[in-house]
Amino acid sequence: MAIEIVQPSVELSKIALSETHGEDSPYFAGWKAYDENPYHELHNPSGVIQMGLAENQVSFDLLEEYLESNLESANWGQKVSGFRENALFQDYHGLVSFRKAMASFMEEVRGGKAKFNPERIVLTAGATAANELLTFILANPGDALLVPTPYYPGFDRDLRWRTGVQIVPIHCESSNNFQITPEALEAAYDHARSMNIKVKGVLITNPSNPLGATIQRKVLEEILDFVTRKNIHLVSDEIYSGSAFYADEFVSIAEVLESRNYKDSERCHIVYSLSKDLGLPGFRVGTVYSYNDQVVTTARRMSSFTLISSQTQFLLASMLSDKEFTRKYIKINRERLKKRYEMIINGLKKAGIECLKGNAGLFCWMNLSPYLEEPTIESELAIWKTIMHEVRLNISPGSSCHCSEPGWFRVCFANMSEETLEVALSRIHEFITTRKQ
Amino acid sequence: MPPPPPPPSHLYIYPTTLHIVLNLIPITSISLSKHQIEMDIALNNTHKFLSKIATNDGHGENSPYFDGWKAYDTDPFHHETNPSGVIQMGLAENQLCFDLIQEWIGNHPEASICTPQGGFDFKEIALFQDYHGLPEFRSAIANFMSRVRGSRVEFDPDRIVMSGGATGAHETLAFCLANRGEAFLVPTPYYPGFDRDLKWRTGVELIPVVCESSNNFKVTLEALEDAYDKAKESNIKVKGLLITNPSNPLGTFYDKETLKTLVGFINEKNIHLVCDEIYAGTVTRENEFVSIAEVLEEFPTICDHNLIHIVYSLSKDMGFPGFRVGIIYSYNDMVVNIARKMSSFGLVSTQTQHMVASMLSENDFVDNFIKESRNRLAHRHNMFTRELAQVGIGSLESNAGLFFWMDLRRFLKEPTFESEMTFWRTIISEIKLNVSPGSSFHCNEPGWFRVCFANMDDATVMVALERIKSFVHETRMLEIKTMAKIKTKKQCWQNNLQLKLSSRRLEDIMSPQYSPLNSPMLRAQN
Repeated sequence: MAIEIVQPSVELSKIALSETHGEDSPYFAGWKAYDENPYHELHNPSGVIQMGLAENQVSFDLLEEYLESNLESANWGQKVSGFRENALFQDYHGLVSFRKAMASFMEEVRGGKAKFNPERIVLTAGATAANELLTFILANPGDALLVPTPYYPGFDRDLRWRTGVQIVPIHCESSNNFQITPEALEAAYDHARSMNIKVKGVLITNPSNPLGATIQRKVLEEILDFVTRKNIHLVSDEIYSGSAFYADEFVSIAEVLESRNYKDSERCHIVYSLSKDLGLPGFRVGTVYSYNDQVVTTARRMSSFTLISSQTQFLLASMLSDKEFTRKYIKINRERLKKRYEMIINGLKKAGIECLKGNAGLFCWMNLSPYLEEPTIESELAIWKTIMHEVRLNISPGSSCHCSEPGWFRVCFANMSEETLEVALSRIHEFITTRKQ
Repeated sequence: MPPPPPPPSHLYIYPTTLHIVLNLIPITSISLSKHQIEMDIALNNTHKFLSKIATNDGHGENSPYFDGWKAYDTDPFHHETNPSGVIQMGLAENQLCFDLIQEWIGNHPEASICTPQGGFDFKEIALFQDYHGLPEFRSAIANFMSRVRGSRVEFDPDRIVMSGGATGAHETLAFCLANRGEAFLVPTPYYPGFDRDLKWRTGVELIPVVCESSNNFKVTLEALEDAYDKAKESNIKVKGLLITNPSNPLGTFYDKETLKTLVGFINEKNIHLVCDEIYAGTVTRENEFVSIAEVLEEFPTICDHNLIHIVYSLSKDMGFPGFRVGIIYSYNDMVVNIARKMSSFGLVSTQTQHMVASMLSENDFVDNFIKESRNRLAHRHNMFTRELAQVGIGSLESNAGLFFWMDLRRFLKEPTFESEMTFWRTIISEIKLNVSPGSSFHCNEPGWFRVCFANMDDATVMVALERIKSFVHETRMLEIKTMAKIKTKKQCWQNNLQLKLSSRRLEDIMSPQYSPLNSPMLRAQN
């Protein structure tokens, strides 16, 4: 006999029902507006231009060119064994050739100023997974990580959702270009302690998202001193390291550690990914690089939940260990991003809009505070909605990045053609001109 | 100079008393740099420096399931270079049909984004990071899942959610369906990886539903109720039941009546049912396998569909564990939605999605592959069980999986798990086969071993069978001789021998040069 269903449906977990996945943030609302009315040069010239997606599309030709000339290394060849070995390979240490290639590439991105040991590379499916995994390892539910504002909205999900860990912001101000100060670090730490929350680490993004600027060496040293004093961890998300316009303006935490002879390095961990520098977000290639042996071992075990497809490891292994190719790629990629940046900065300047002085990343940090009705988040969101619906540009409001000052917006410039960027700039120009009247 | 790297994981010494690890590197050869010493001091403080999750045993690698792998890693069998090495029979891989796949790959260069034919897709595929996945990927998976089940049931591509392998799928579902401290019921014996996948980072508990050899390890309603009640008594809230169908390690599948009983049970208790159907394509008896999807189709009002979730993967049916193609298929809209958001932590590489989409949407290939795979698995399975039966080794009757559940109870000195472990070490060190002891699967009865058969070529199969048959023969010969000797021996010599044996460290006994069977004392008596 069939059972009648009259009981209430079964509960899902608290994690499932919480909103910490973060998708109700305006960061994602803009994406929806774009999805419904996407710009297209020919088919939809009045559609929404996507400037909220930090993608790097400026250097694909270089990748495609490499693949065309290196077919044998990218494909499995004619032997059955080539495919079979690759398809069967599920060792969480990863393909040795690929780990070596990643270490080599990370060194190239830093111009050889830091060395990376392939044995310390742990592979994860994207930086998203890497950041969550590290959080599981470094902090217990209820503990906190200190994160400088403004920060990448995805951290709210990656660091907190399933881990139960909290984020306590390190407030940064426009008065000093949003740089992290020792006072701000101490204030954040004290604030956490006053709420009886245990702080387990500091997480920085260098170069910064959404600021589009590298962290100065002096500041890195101060942060390192701070975490050492407090005996906590330091996670440096260096996902945009290859997107610094001038190679010598990016200083990795790895360089600072090396100069200190790796003293106290076991509290330091680097996150990297190929999603931004190489423009391969779909391939899910992330890594945790830790100077702490136990973290490496544990992270490796945890990576079972989020391994990189061996097919993708195989494809990228030869490409990334080809130093001639990577050097050329990194150099040209930097130049093209710099050119894009200058284009957007000048275009915005002509419209009377200032941006934070940036030197890295796939976006600029635009200051629209002079145009706000009032210096409030509500005003910021009001102008953001206007820009979305009237100007038809999807940009990211600073409040979704937890910026403490309203009026700042992240505007991406590397995920479109130059022509589209021109269209976007002319729309902004028109919008500002109209507003001034 | 960056600090020295950690030694590879499998050479760590695990400080457990129950599982004696094959200590493969003598202590003196590990040089301790100053940095290392500092690290060790730091290590003592790490239980506060790192999280509880990082410092507990939840990773599960202290199980004997992995110890055997270590033995294999240090002495792997190879026909030419190491013919006396350990044969890996502890890894449930499907290597029987790569020729078919290779042929397809050769004929379809457009499936790869790295060939001239497929290269124009490169940019689009590389940029695509939408957690819905490529639509063609989802359709292809739905199509494949249907055909694996003889097209008796359809799957909705919109309910397909990606995950980092089935490993990621199980963890994600645990995060979605249960809170920290709550529990899932799992019939024993079960795949050891579940202890890590469902519990480690989630804090969820697993409560065994004990199954017995007396009824071929079938899951009974009594056992379910018993487990449920035990949980209640311990104040643990049960949120779901997890079954693997076909079963790992048993290699059997659930009949329709049992499935209906299970569905009735979870519906009455209002708990979830997670069906891991990762081995669905390894069923050798076509049309006999019943998927939970078919039960829902045939009896739509049997339960609240919101309680039913399927885990799938291409790791076993296709033999693609490296590609990390895990799938959650849920009949619960909210779970689909949430699991999809969580899939950001374990998406399938779009390069792989693209290839899989091409391959699995070609019905001729798919149908032929499923058929051939089934035939080859059946052939392999029959070869083993037939040969083993000849030497009196039985196994649980099964028609699925990449392994069989071998009955070695009569080889144990005593019906205890200690005996099982002792015998298992003998199998590894003397017969040189890595098989998996039933205790690592939480089997309630000692003497059962899971033996994988699809991860080797035919020649290796012959060697493995030979070794087993030799061992059985030798054991029988030895039993006869030993019985004869014991009758004529003096009492004091016996005591002496036993003392000598017990005073040696187990490591010595495990080495090939010395074993009770080759005791110099016994040899001297011959």
